[in-house]
Amino acid sequence: MTDTTAARTIDRSHMQVSDEVAIEISNMNKWYGSFHVLRDIDLTVYQGERIVICGPSGSGKSTLIRCINRLEEHQSGRIVVDGTELSSDLKNIDKIRSEVGMCFQHFNLFPHLTILENCTLAPIWVRKTPKREAEEIAMHFLEKVKIPDQAHKYPGQLSGGQQQRVAIARSLCMKPRIMLFDEPTSALDPEMIKEVLDTMIELAEEGMTMLCVTHEMGFARQVANRVIFMDQGQIVEQNEPEAFFNSPQSDRTKLFLSQILGH
Amino acid sequence: MSDTHAQTVSYVRETMLPEAEPPVGNRGALLWVRENLFSGWLNILLTLVSLYVIWWALAHTMPWVFRGIWNAGSLSECREIRDATLPEGTSAACWAVLSDRWQQLMFGFYPRELYWRPVLALVIFLAAIAPVLFSHMPRKALWLTAASPFVMFWLLWGGSVWFPVSVALGFALGWAAWRALAPLAGTLIASIVAVALPVVYWLYSAGTLARELDQAMPLSIEYVPSQDFGGFMLSFIIGIAGIILSLPLGILLALGRQSDLFIINKISVGFIEIIRGVPLIVWLFTASLLLNYFLPPGTNFDLMLRVIIMVTLFAAAYIAEVVRGGLAALPKGQYEAADALGLDYWKSMRLIILPQALKISIPGIVNTFIGLFKDTTLVVFIGLLDPIGLSNAIRASTEWNGIYWELFVFIGLLFFICCFSMSRYSLYLEKKLQRGHN
Repeated sequence: MTDTTAARTIDRSHMQVSDEVAIEISNMNKWYGSFHVLRDIDLTVYQGERIVICGPSGSGKSTLIRCINRLEEHQSGRIVVDGTELSSDLKNIDKIRSEVGMCFQHFNLFPHLTILENCTLAPIWVRKTPKREAEEIAMHFLEKVKIPDQAHKYPGQLSGGQQQRVAIARSLCMKPRIMLFDEPTSALDPEMIKEVLDTMIELAEEGMTMLCVTHEMGFARQVANRVIFMDQGQIVEQNEPEAFFNSPQSDRTKLFLSQILGH
Repeated sequence: MSDTHAQTVSYVRETMLPEAEPPVGNRGALLWVRENLFSGWLNILLTLVSLYVIWWALAHTMPWVFRGIWNAGSLSECREIRDATLPEGTSAACWAVLSDRWQQLMFGFYPRELYWRPVLALVIFLAAIAPVLFSHMPRKALWLTAASPFVMFWLLWGGSVWFPVSVALGFALGWAAWRALAPLAGTLIASIVAVALPVVYWLYSAGTLARELDQAMPLSIEYVPSQDFGGFMLSFIIGIAGIILSLPLGILLALGRQSDLFIINKISVGFIEIIRGVPLIVWLFTASLLLNYFLPPGTNFDLMLRVIIMVTLFAAAYIAEVVRGGLAALPKGQYEAADALGLDYWKSMRLIILPQALKISIPGIVNTFIGLFKDTTLVVFIGLLDPIGLSNAIRASTEWNGIYWELFVFIGLLFFICCFSMSRYSLYLEKKLQRGHN
């Protein structure tokens, strides 16, 4: 995998991990029918942490982060996000979803709305922000991801990289405390991966709590403070990036790293 | 490796090529004709054969249409005029039946001196529907659109003005209840109250209120019973009421069929399958004959209203399936993105899912509407006098006994104009809603 973020030096001044817990997952299990996708997951994420989750396909890493905002339902165990426990209570789910932003592999922008409308929709309808104010916030974040001039176009008119940056801005407009990234660069051309990663690095530099499912190991090395390796629905190994990449402990991790870094 | 070869392999472009115009031969009308009509010997042959067939068909029908006789009092008079003025053996249409009976084809047995009322209602309808169909009309006009059904009802049926007013008051009551309760008690309770309150009001106090008001301040125009309605007016009223009512009901049914809530899901599926699985004509007979057995004796439930309800339910089942197709065509990611942003079910449906699903379903929805509009002619079988029923009535008179083509051509033409406009509007809407290439 190419090291697309190598050229950038990271400003770590704001990247401090506090001891306040952002997400606490304990003994969490999930099944798809009779297939046991997530097995006994225990994970505590502190405010300000940048966690990269990697692993072979089918290892349950996407399912794990999708459980955090209840796009997938877990069957046993506890997930507590920002002090609110996820249960079938719709009020809690909506509350957590408005605090947790998410970016998808295929962007999932709303094609019938302009870029600006994509960004203002949730603040206006969920947060009840007045339209004008929501537009100011949206323009602020669109400037941050460096596409304010595209605000009045439709998603279909933008490149993949631009669409993913809009998707990030759309999430940020809700002022989330936690951001989830589900393979945000996997559907992008190599030329566009960098612009999206740069945006994510900037976000990390500002101290956002981030959980990223990604195969961008360069990003993991530079930005993450913890790398988690999953296989067969379990957390196999987790460590600081330096240690994780240089001296992986389990055989499964070694094999995975040799395959993904080997060329 | 020789030097020349090395030169051809390594190559660096120094100037970028500018964009160029396409060759001249690629535009123009002559080119279009050559490419689309005469591009090969087989196509030349097909073009010539088609032109001949079109010419042949027109040559046999157009003289009949344009030689038509407009002034005559009966079919036999028509024939006399034809034989006197045209050479023997030529055929000519007898359009005189239309000039003689057009009021009947349009209005049925609606009182002649009150024709202005349905005409005015049509004008109001066109004015009211314009802001719904074309988004560049002023949005404030939608308030008039909301009031127009009551005005049209009053104009068509007449009677006391207080009856439609007190019915309209029920809607206002529901709306007010929703506005007052939604922030306090939540969407669910508010919507239940907003539905229940008007229903209770209509059942128990709307009639009394209308009577009281009428006594206090009588204000009424002449009452016209439903039996006198007929012709295109009848087709229009049933068709348009059916179209307008079936769309929201169909959307709700489609959402119900997609719902995870077991009871709602099964009710929707059952409703759709039962309504769709039985021919419309059977439902119309049910409306006209069977329904009376189930209603308490003495209730006089207007037949036209019953037909409108049946047609609406029938079309709604079809619309539901068309909309379900649209919902299924949306990528799952759209639902997930809406969820992830914290939008609740109704907001995500209203703002994200339905606008896209309905856009995909436009051709199917309009198709259903056109079908519904044409199916209004089936009411002839339960004794309502739609244009087909009136054509039978006209033919039953001694003057016009034996005339077929002219009446059916006219009826067909009017239906075609309406259906073709709907089809054109749907194309316009699809084009307007195009958003980039996604």
